Amino acid sequence: MRAIGIILAGGNNRRMRELSQRRAVCAMPIAGSYRSIDFTLSNMSNSHIQKVAVLTQYNASSLHDHLSSSKWWDFGRKQGGLFTFTPAVTAQNGNWYRGTADAIYQNLDFLKSSHEPYVVVASGDGVYKLDFNKMLEFHVERKADITVVCRDMEEGADLERYGTVRLNEESRIEEFEEKPLCAKSDVISCGIYILRRRQLIEMIEKCAEEDRYDFVRDILIRYKDVRRIYGYKIRDYWRNIASVEDYYRTNMDFLKPEVRTFFFKQYPDIYSKVDDLAPAKYNPGASVRNSLVSSGCIVNGVVENSVIFKKSYIGNSCVIKNSIILNDVYIGNNTCIENCIVESHSTIRADSHYVGEDGHIRIVVERNERYTM
Amino acid sequence: MIKKEMIAMLLAGGQGSRLGVLTAKMAKPAVAFGGKYRIIDFPLSNCINSGVDTVGVLTQYQPLRLNSHIGIGIPWDLDRNIGGVTVLPPYERLSSSEWYTGTANAIYQNLEYMESYHPEYVLILSADHIYKMDYEQMLEFHKEKGAEVTIAVMSVPREEAGRFGIMTVDDRNKIFRFEEKPANPQSSLASMGIYIFNWRTLRRALLAMAGQPALDFGRHVIPYFLRKGAPMYAYEFNGYWKDVGTLQSYWEANMELIDIVPEFNLYEEYWKVYTKSEIQPPQYFSADSVVERSIIGEGTDIYGKVYNSVIGCGVTIGRNTVVRDSIVMNNTRTGDDCELYRAIVAEEVRLGNHVRLGIGEEAENDTAPHIYNHGFVTVGEKSVIPNGITVGKNTVIFGVTTGADYADHALPGGKSLIKAGEQQ
Repeated sequence: MRAIGIILAGGNNRRMRELSQRRAVCAMPIAGSYRSIDFTLSNMSNSHIQKVAVLTQYNASSLHDHLSSSKWWDFGRKQGGLFTFTPAVTAQNGNWYRGTADAIYQNLDFLKSSHEPYVVVASGDGVYKLDFNKMLEFHVERKADITVVCRDMEEGADLERYGTVRLNEESRIEEFEEKPLCAKSDVISCGIYILRRRQLIEMIEKCAEEDRYDFVRDILIRYKDVRRIYGYKIRDYWRNIASVEDYYRTNMDFLKPEVRTFFFKQYPDIYSKVDDLAPAKYNPGASVRNSLVSSGCIVNGVVENSVIFKKSYIGNSCVIKNSIILNDVYIGNNTCIENCIVESHSTIRADSHYVGEDGHIRIVVERNERYTM
Repeated sequence: MIKKEMIAMLLAGGQGSRLGVLTAKMAKPAVAFGGKYRIIDFPLSNCINSGVDTVGVLTQYQPLRLNSHIGIGIPWDLDRNIGGVTVLPPYERLSSSEWYTGTANAIYQNLEYMESYHPEYVLILSADHIYKMDYEQMLEFHKEKGAEVTIAVMSVPREEAGRFGIMTVDDRNKIFRFEEKPANPQSSLASMGIYIFNWRTLRRALLAMAGQPALDFGRHVIPYFLRKGAPMYAYEFNGYWKDVGTLQSYWEANMELIDIVPEFNLYEEYWKVYTKSEIQPPQYFSADSVVERSIIGEGTDIYGKVYNSVIGCGVTIGRNTVVRDSIVMNNTRTGDDCELYRAIVAEEVRLGNHVRLGIGEEAENDTAPHIYNHGFVTVGEKSVIPNGITVGKNTVIFGVTTGADYADHALPGGKSLIKAGEQQ
């Protein structure tokens, strides 16, 4: 493909509550065996983008660990590859990334030294499937300066936390509001953009000269009347992980057959780092209903309407309901967990009770008390 | 200069004919095992876990599946700049081209490959056993003893000793007698088919015996060293080691994995077993599924009931289908309302609705009673069984079958239905 990729993965989100303390949002485990950044990385790989930069900043060790080898997404190539950029102190700059535009500015050499004519800029917290080639076709056909992926939101969606756009009949963006208190449109921007590489460099340099740092506010909104900015609408599944509620709902969506078919059974596949875990094991007493279970788990108890991530142990006579158990959790015998998200590596002692409410999910973070070598 | 202290040669060319249709289209080392693995994963993982990073895999019988599984060795970290995994098939020469006619002949034909790494020691392995073993410890033993040949052995019950190559050793573990499949075994130490040779010793011996037809380690090479009185030692191994040469032992080894605390533990943090994972999504269990005492691979959807079984990756078990004491391999799909008892169903099989496997009385198999026995129903890869078929015990089905292949919608116990060559 004639484009390079930039994934904005530096963000933190207070609405993720305790879950964001351990890792960047882009490294959040999703759907049992994936991390949120896998979706954007796989989309880029499947669209034959060969060179991708991931810009990280907030608590990135978990993310860096996940990206430690690029082979899982087939980026281990001589041509291009996967690059991770964290803020670095240089003679010219001693700042952290002060915004998305600043993050790109601080790594402008990556853009300048590439030769592909286009750039796909995407946030790393989206759960979706998208062929960037089709989007680029649209971009070229409309002679757009910037193309923004948009999606109609269902009624009642909380538009306050998105950027909303209004498109005219030929899909040009007429209005763009960031996190509107009172949205004038129910079409949102998914935070995925295509634009010409030279143009991005130019805009980012201009921004930096004027001490502006935000890609949405200082480029999209500011330029919307002078540049041709188009909306490329997608209709398939798309979610982004911005709050605990989103995170819970997105994982639970994977219990629906149509969502699993879309992501897991239809071409192309989503890839993730391979962990070499043994098949999941079910001992006498196990009962699993309407749930997802990942490899490496050992289940002795009852699991209902839940998503169990990798390498978790569920003890005898446990009842896990409507919950998400993240990676490597140990749950002792006779424990009841309902409407909870249990943070990875937690050790839950036997005979415990953790009950959240439907609509207000309880987050359980416990110390890892297991002996490790 | 390239130099490796020890390289491994993995014999993976065998058919494994007693696994019946499971090896009709693939060599035995490529047969699926334990939900997500293939048999060859165990010796390959042992190699990398023991620090042996140069492995030649000798293939001959039906190598396609093996080749695509191994690839460039990424899952085992055997994609190396120097060394790594190399697949070594027999090849044509200017004169006297031949297939691999025996285990040692196969090694002889690849002297050049081994030579290029300038090894001190060569480890010879066979790729059809399930075990975890640290070859580095065996090498230490070999060096400590000042051996030229070390053979890994394990103690087997006397009554079974007749099936193995049996060693008799002195109090320093030096081997002074070796008998292949003896009628009256003198000892209970059986060879595991794992050898460490000093490279120069092995090279000299293979060149000296090059003319021997069907040159074999057990039958020719080991007796040759005994005759010469070379320092040859037995390294005793006490862990789990399972030969999966027959359907019965293959089924048993799979079933041992579902014990509450299995003797062969795949869940240990160190000594992981690696395999190529093409399928990554989690497993899904529907609201009316039941699962008990089973292991299940990635991406499998269970809508029915699974008891005491080993289920591979990407499998679909249909609604109200009951799977009991069975092995179902990768990407197989059953319809609704099926029943599977003691069935061994290979990869990418399609079962229609209301298919019942393993029903009725046992009857001796009509074509190969020494293979299809113990009441198993064996279904070869990519087979299709249409709706409403009932299949008896000690049966085998292979190929795309239609209703017309069955009288009264049934295949009675002991019958074989093989339409090989027609499966697509």
